[in-house]
Amino acid sequence: MRIDCNAFLGAYPWRKVPGTSPDALLQALDRTKIDVAWITHLPSLFWRDPTEGNAWLYETARKEKRFTPVPTVHPGLSNWEQVLSGAANAGAPAVRCDPLYFGLDPAGGEMRALVAACSAARLPLMLGVRLEDGRQRHPNDHVGELPAAAVRTLIRSDADLRLLVTHADRGFIEEVHFGSTPDEARRIWWDICWIWGPPEDHFATLLGTVGVERFVFGTGQPLRLPDNSIAKLDLLELAREQREAIESKNVQELSA
Amino acid sequence: MLVDVHAHFLHARTPRADWRERNVSRLTAGAKIGISVHVASILGSWGLTSPIYFPSPRDVTAGNDALLALQREHPDSIRGYVCVNPNYTAHARAEIVRCLDGGMIGIKLAASRRADDPLLDPIAALARERRVPVLQHIWQHRRRDWPGQEASDATELCTLARRHPEVAFILAHIGGGGDWLHSLHAVREVPNVYVDLSGSGVDGGMLEACVESVGVGRLLWGTDLTMDTGWAKLRYLESLLSGEELALVSWKNAARIFPPGAFPAD
Repeated sequence: MRIDCNAFLGAYPWRKVPGTSPDALLQALDRTKIDVAWITHLPSLFWRDPTEGNAWLYETARKEKRFTPVPTVHPGLSNWEQVLSGAANAGAPAVRCDPLYFGLDPAGGEMRALVAACSAARLPLMLGVRLEDGRQRHPNDHVGELPAAAVRTLIRSDADLRLLVTHADRGFIEEVHFGSTPDEARRIWWDICWIWGPPEDHFATLLGTVGVERFVFGTGQPLRLPDNSIAKLDLLELAREQREAIESKNVQELSA
Repeated sequence: MLVDVHAHFLHARTPRADWRERNVSRLTAGAKIGISVHVASILGSWGLTSPIYFPSPRDVTAGNDALLALQREHPDSIRGYVCVNPNYTAHARAEIVRCLDGGMIGIKLAASRRADDPLLDPIAALARERRVPVLQHIWQHRRRDWPGQEASDATELCTLARRHPEVAFILAHIGGGGDWLHSLHAVREVPNVYVDLSGSGVDGGMLEACVESVGVGRLLWGTDLTMDTGWAKLRYLESLLSGEELALVSWKNAARIFPPGAFPAD
């Protein structure tokens, strides 16, 4: 079983990206032997009300059992509590919020209110550090990257919060993990898509220092080739149980 | 057969205490991926006694010596680019002759001098004379100067390539950061510029754009600092290209531009 917890559907505003339709994503899942994709509606991350993409997301996921919706919540909008409640009622395994894309302080009052509500609803919160390499972004794409300090602030702000952080590199992960108490660190899961493999071996190092149980399989597709996350697993000497943990069991535990 | 046209190794006189582990890791991962030959360079002391992209002549020589030693240690799987700093013309030319005579098969230019600078002409002339390709470090669409390097972009490399139409130039790491589409537009009509697919970037659409821009006949597979991304791109290409097209990208194009006999099955 392989679950991609970090996939998108829909066009990206800053460049042409192939394979953004539901059918194309299914083909990519088949090609890379991924059983299930947690999906977010990509275009709406850039809308004034990013939650307007959620209805399409739910409808698309309802038609295809391999898609699991991860709807977007914007805690700066007045309807955010209904959106969160809708996600819980729809059986979403997590909700997504990218505060910098929404023009919010990533550790500010709105985000802390969202964190508290996610905890109360027992819904993990997904945050992306970035979507693209900072060196290649469109000249008008000025959104900052999620600061590690914001993740530390959020995890400290609520004792029941569970966070899933995507697109983080080794330095970011180490800063947050070792800047947190063991209890806080146990409530953060990291998607593997942005971590380097050999010869620098950042991923192998993190598995040894942070622990296999903290990592989940994610790809960032179709913005990124899903083959990359599989390749970096194939380059490791992992026991079957460790690989299963990363590919499916850890994310199932996160969303249980 | 699989040729990695953009590899690096470390050595004892660098800031990295783990240099041996990183070299072993590259060879171990290469065996898993199926890399037949790593065509590698060493950029001086990697910052220990002179800057990575502005290596002193002494560090250039020491790094090339370390690579020659690795090439002797792994004669089947490692080939070398001789790295030079074009600001030291006499040293650069002498180093190229010395290292090509020692069995290296290409020239590596990092970011010591802009690619369209006249100081690169004597190096390109030597590349033509010795029939070796030049791998040029590229920032894909440099919009400003970056500290620590005098980075070139594709437009500048193409200016150099037009001055030396008989030399094969390799545009480094299309996935190595920056606007790769800008580079692909720039190199489209310059037939002696080849695109190396290495770099940490695995953007959806990038490989399609590479094929669309220069065709499979001018693409070269490589890894640079992240072998997992190199393998991912190779796997994706297996679904995108025919077997013969994949062979071009995997090794046949490399065999065409490197000196005859550079690779085992060549």
